[in-house]
Amino acid sequence: MTSGLWELVLKGIWTTVQLLVLSALLAAAVSFVVGVARTHRLWVVRFLAGLYTEVFRGTSALVMIFWVFFVLPPAFGWQLVPLWAGTLALGLTYGAYGSEIVRGALSAVDPAQKEGGIALSFTPWQRMRLILLPQAVPEMIPPFSNLLVELLKGTALVSIMGMGDLAFSGNLVRLALQESAEIYTYILLIYFVIAFLLTRVMRGLEKKLKAGVGKAPARGVTADEFKRAQTTGVGGAVS
Amino acid sequence: MKWDWNAVSDFMPYFWDGLLVTLQALVLGSLISFALGLVWALLMRTPTRWVRWPVGVVTEFIRNTPLLVQLFFLFYVLPEWGLTFSAMTTGVFAIGLHYSTYTMQVYRAGIEAVPVGQWEAATALNLPITRTWRMVILPQAIRRVVPALGNYVISMLKDTPMLMAITVLDMLGRARLFSQENFQFTEPLTVIGVAFILISYLASLLLRALERRLVH
Repeated sequence: MTSGLWELVLKGIWTTVQLLVLSALLAAAVSFVVGVARTHRLWVVRFLAGLYTEVFRGTSALVMIFWVFFVLPPAFGWQLVPLWAGTLALGLTYGAYGSEIVRGALSAVDPAQKEGGIALSFTPWQRMRLILLPQAVPEMIPPFSNLLVELLKGTALVSIMGMGDLAFSGNLVRLALQESAEIYTYILLIYFVIAFLLTRVMRGLEKKLKAGVGKAPARGVTADEFKRAQTTGVGGAVS
Repeated sequence: MKWDWNAVSDFMPYFWDGLLVTLQALVLGSLISFALGLVWALLMRTPTRWVRWPVGVVTEFIRNTPLLVQLFFLFYVLPEWGLTFSAMTTGVFAIGLHYSTYTMQVYRAGIEAVPVGQWEAATALNLPITRTWRMVILPQAIRRVVPALGNYVISMLKDTPMLMAITVLDMLGRARLFSQENFQFTEPLTVIGVAFILISYLASLLLRALERRLVH
């Protein structure tokens, strides 16, 4: 491979990383807002948040991307830059998965903690901010780490819309060289390295956050892993 | 926003064709992933490191890289090696292989959840190892993991549109073709979006019923 082609791949990596960071931020915001809304005391708020989760988790990320690229512009009369369109589609879809993680972690906090907050006459918002979230967030990190890798894999979908990400640069190189084994092996390896780095960073974060609430990070393969296999999932709509 | 019901009715025949292809890919992909996942899970329990280590690395690699790029890899590289399959076959195999790396974890968790007393009883009864697996461990393990496997079938459903990228005419492929021919994007894309939501919602209801029956 020539250096010009490598430059193409580097540009692809940069686009993928940008898309990953932006959509991860959007997805995190959506997860927390929707996840917390699902524990709200008004049923309307709970219902709307649940509806959001079901709809966005029920549809396919790729269909969502097509929808944002082709249906939104004529329907609302504004055209998004591809990077933002990709961010929007991925962020909303993966945010719906993330909201389930947030809801699950919040409901796993010992109910006595919430009752203690009520007894000390904390407002609901103070209870959430000072009691529930600090205990729930460290528990969310392992499933969020899995979701982040899923999101990384999801970013490859925008290449179908012609956005110049890593997968797309692979296709360009294939067309240029008329040879596919080598370039696709490189592309897969690069994705793997990024995913590996992400899991490392998340593991460090978990350690740090759990030390903050006086717990050791989860270790080894236990029944916990079994639960995780079910929730990782960009998976099922079973709650 | 303009909504044209005529476009919807024009699209419907293609929609059913696409749905059929999607469901075929889903069923075949699921079967491959269930079988291969079990093979990986069993290989990971062999006593030698020389089997466990390569299987672990390969499956970890497949799990952490995008299915889309794996599809491209199989679709463009296999013919270079002299193996030519139809796009559908390649796609089904890629989905099955990708998800087998997830189902293997599910199987592993299920196998580990079988109480240790079952193993000890099998040893005490002097059952040969194949019989222990076939008659004692797997029936109990698989029963536990059916709901988790079902979850992955639903996620597989949502990954089948990727087959469009290697020219398979599934639901999304049909919708794209129809849109490009008629310049109507809104209706076909919305129809298949709703179809995905409906199918995965129905599947999750079904799964919940199944879970209740198996667990209790």
